[in-house]
Amino acid sequence: MDARTDDLDRLEAEFQAKVDAEQRIEPKDWMPDRYRQTLIRQMSQHAHSEVVGMLPEGNWLTRAPSLKRKAILMAKIQDEGGHGLYLYSATETLGISRDEMFDQLHTGKAKYSTIFNYPTLTWADVGAIGWLVDGAAITNQIALCRCSYGPYARAMIRICKEESFHQRQGYEIMMTMAQGTKEQKEMAQDALNRWWWPTLMMFGPNDSNSANSAQSMKWKIKRQSNDELRQKFIDATVPQAEYLGLKIPDDELKWNEERGAYDFGEIDWDEFKAVVSGNGLCNRERLKARIDAHDGGKWVRDAALAYAAKKAARKAEAA
Amino acid sequence: MTDKDMLFDYLLRLGDNSLILGQRLAEWTGHTPMLEEDLALTNVGLDLIGQARMLLTYAGEVEGKGRDEDRLAFHRDTAEWRNLLLLEQPNGDFAKTMARQFFFDHFQYLQFEALSTSSDERLAGIAAKSLKEIAYHRRHSTDWILRLGDGTAESHEKMQTAIDELWGFVPEMFEMDATDEALLDAGIGIDVARLRPAWDAAVNAILAEATLARPEDSWSVRGSREGKHSEHLGYLLAEMQFLQRAYPDAKW
Repeated sequence: MDARTDDLDRLEAEFQAKVDAEQRIEPKDWMPDRYRQTLIRQMSQHAHSEVVGMLPEGNWLTRAPSLKRKAILMAKIQDEGGHGLYLYSATETLGISRDEMFDQLHTGKAKYSTIFNYPTLTWADVGAIGWLVDGAAITNQIALCRCSYGPYARAMIRICKEESFHQRQGYEIMMTMAQGTKEQKEMAQDALNRWWWPTLMMFGPNDSNSANSAQSMKWKIKRQSNDELRQKFIDATVPQAEYLGLKIPDDELKWNEERGAYDFGEIDWDEFKAVVSGNGLCNRERLKARIDAHDGGKWVRDAALAYAAKKAARKAEAA
Repeated sequence: MTDKDMLFDYLLRLGDNSLILGQRLAEWTGHTPMLEEDLALTNVGLDLIGQARMLLTYAGEVEGKGRDEDRLAFHRDTAEWRNLLLLEQPNGDFAKTMARQFFFDHFQYLQFEALSTSSDERLAGIAAKSLKEIAYHRRHSTDWILRLGDGTAESHEKMQTAIDELWGFVPEMFEMDATDEALLDAGIGIDVARLRPAWDAAVNAILAEATLARPEDSWSVRGSREGKHSEHLGYLLAEMQFLQRAYPDAKW
């Protein structure tokens, strides 16, 4: 073993000791390269999900059924853009630029949450996204508030506060529709039917098939396993569906007294893989919308930079 | 028209301006040139929808026929809308959206500043509350006129084209009709024609700084106060009103 490897082992041991002692890792601290790369992958994917996630809800913004709903949805989508911004900034602390992250998104190297490749077909889908998708996101994100990487943990604390407002507004839309006309009830049930399983897939593969999980748990990036989080979400959500008078589309769903949790049916992972690999209804449209906004807006960003440069030059000349 | 009818009509003009422009801005959500602009444009849009809600609610109360903000927003056809023609024009590119916003922000600031001393206390209150928001909108759109006008050759050309394409919608903002005159006499409304010199002075200075040419006054269109609109409004309403029209018995 040469001196350099020795040194690296010592640094890594110190790093792990710090993580084990529940101390936060900050941008200037030494960290293993794989830790950095794992965080870049996870945080940029999270940021991209916030930004791509603006699109399915944006699809109903111009058709929101009341001015109040329009204003609330607009504020919610704006929050998501804000979450994207803090997450991009937090990821930049790891030594990658926003442009590089966009490039990775646009070339397909970086992913975003597969859930956003499903279409929003009725207004009830806006309710279902708030209730289920944001509900699942909160379940994941509460665990991330104690993530070992300081900037990510702090971003999550801030984001969780806003997400719980989003979840409530989604549930309230569902409630109004579930108590509404026959057509509204049908829309609400149909939205639950379509969003339930994809939402459960948001927690990722079963623990037995999750490649990155063990290492992430050791680094305390992840604090709870995919299956634990999924169970937590189901246990919290089933009574909410019952309260709405809607039926969760899973015949195997039933309370298990012994476990103190709900048993539920098998997730169709083939569907998950199909949508991840490009066969969702909206994969191409979502990505194209992002690429078009970015490429189509290049002249605007160029103009802003050129103007700032001219202004600075004039100021320097005057001084 | 009775005094009440005239006040109702006047409030619709104000509320419809805010709503139609807010609806247009909502179309940009998720598609702007940069994430910061997604936040900024939704912010402006939210302010405008907030203004529309206050003004249309008040309009409905003045009318006294039980129409609330949503009844007015979702159950009127084109001929009953009173928004300025400028505001229903499609977004076009970012330069066109900013030109539309710039013309209107400078107008609306002056309009609401004057309305904030209206003898109608409720209207004065709405105007005063909105004025702070509009000051931000005006700064935001002015900054973009400067950046795009004096940015690159490409942005300059696009900005000039946008200004030229929308210039003929400007005179309508400063028109006075019988309703305006009557409400002016009552101390409720304001004289928008008198706002033109201040608008011209501000806009001319900004266009000059942005190296943009002020267009010749070669054409102008009008008619919104009588419910005569461009073809674009019908599509905007078809989209905006879809759910309320398709499911008239539903509450949302």
